[in-house]
Amino acid sequence: MSTARPTTPSDSSQPEGSSAAPTRPRMRGIGRVLVIVYAVMALGATGRSFVQIARAFDQAPLAYTLSAVSAVVYIVATLALIWSGRPGWYRVAWVAIVFELAGVLIVGTLSLTHPALFQHQTVWSQFGLGYVLIPLFLPMAGLWWLVVHRPSGRVPAAAPEEAAA
Amino acid sequence: MILWFTVVQLAVAVSAGLFCLIMGFAGKRPNDWTVGSLALVELLLVVQVVMAIVSPFAGNPALGDPLEYGVYLVSAVLLPIGGVVWALLERSRWSTVILGVVALSLAVMIWRMQVIWTTPVGG
Repeated sequence: MSTARPTTPSDSSQPEGSSAAPTRPRMRGIGRVLVIVYAVMALGATGRSFVQIARAFDQAPLAYTLSAVSAVVYIVATLALIWSGRPGWYRVAWVAIVFELAGVLIVGTLSLTHPALFQHQTVWSQFGLGYVLIPLFLPMAGLWWLVVHRPSGRVPAAAPEEAAA
Repeated sequence: MILWFTVVQLAVAVSAGLFCLIMGFAGKRPNDWTVGSLALVELLLVVQVVMAIVSPFAGNPALGDPLEYGVYLVSAVLLPIGGVVWALLERSRWSTVILGVVALSLAVMIWRMQVIWTTPVGG
């Protein structure tokens, strides 16, 4: 997958009316596609989790708790990716997406080795098979994005944003 | 839901999705056609909302869980709005790809809604 940034004129480094310092990489290009996929997963997971808990939490508290946790993780990951130009949110994105990947792998494995625990479907059951394996590949794409798009520079002692403001 | 209308919605949403994906990967920025295709999907969803409210009174109740159906429908109506706003914050080919992703996601949601409407709870 090419990591070249699109060079359309609209992708100039001007912040679009925001007060973001120019040294922060903006969420742009293919990263925005990543965000929308995360947002759709967050929307779906939240809706499903809400209905499951409202309707039948007693029937499968473990599975439905996992649904709720996955919904929260997707929401946090979506927001953290949008703001991942800032070092703080960048770290949050890492935590959320690693947690998400671990969740898919662990729940996916358990749903196959201990199916009795997961008689009710969750987003991460069978490695996200119910969602065309998107839950499995999405965190991998997210981690790739984070590795390639670190916020410029470490957290500086003298913040360059103050100098640029 | 009414099957033929669902089929129409699915056809429009899938077509819009493929259209936008192709245009996006071909390097086209969002234009009236790509954004318009999402607007058409949204319009059909709004019609679907009206139908979902009226249908039970016309002898066509939801067989599945109305809460689940309602959550899907509300999510589906809101998604194009948020998705188009997000896509148009930046006018690039990826914005068009985003429109395609949204349209295909809506197609999946529409299909799920049809299943929920026609599948008795516990089935």
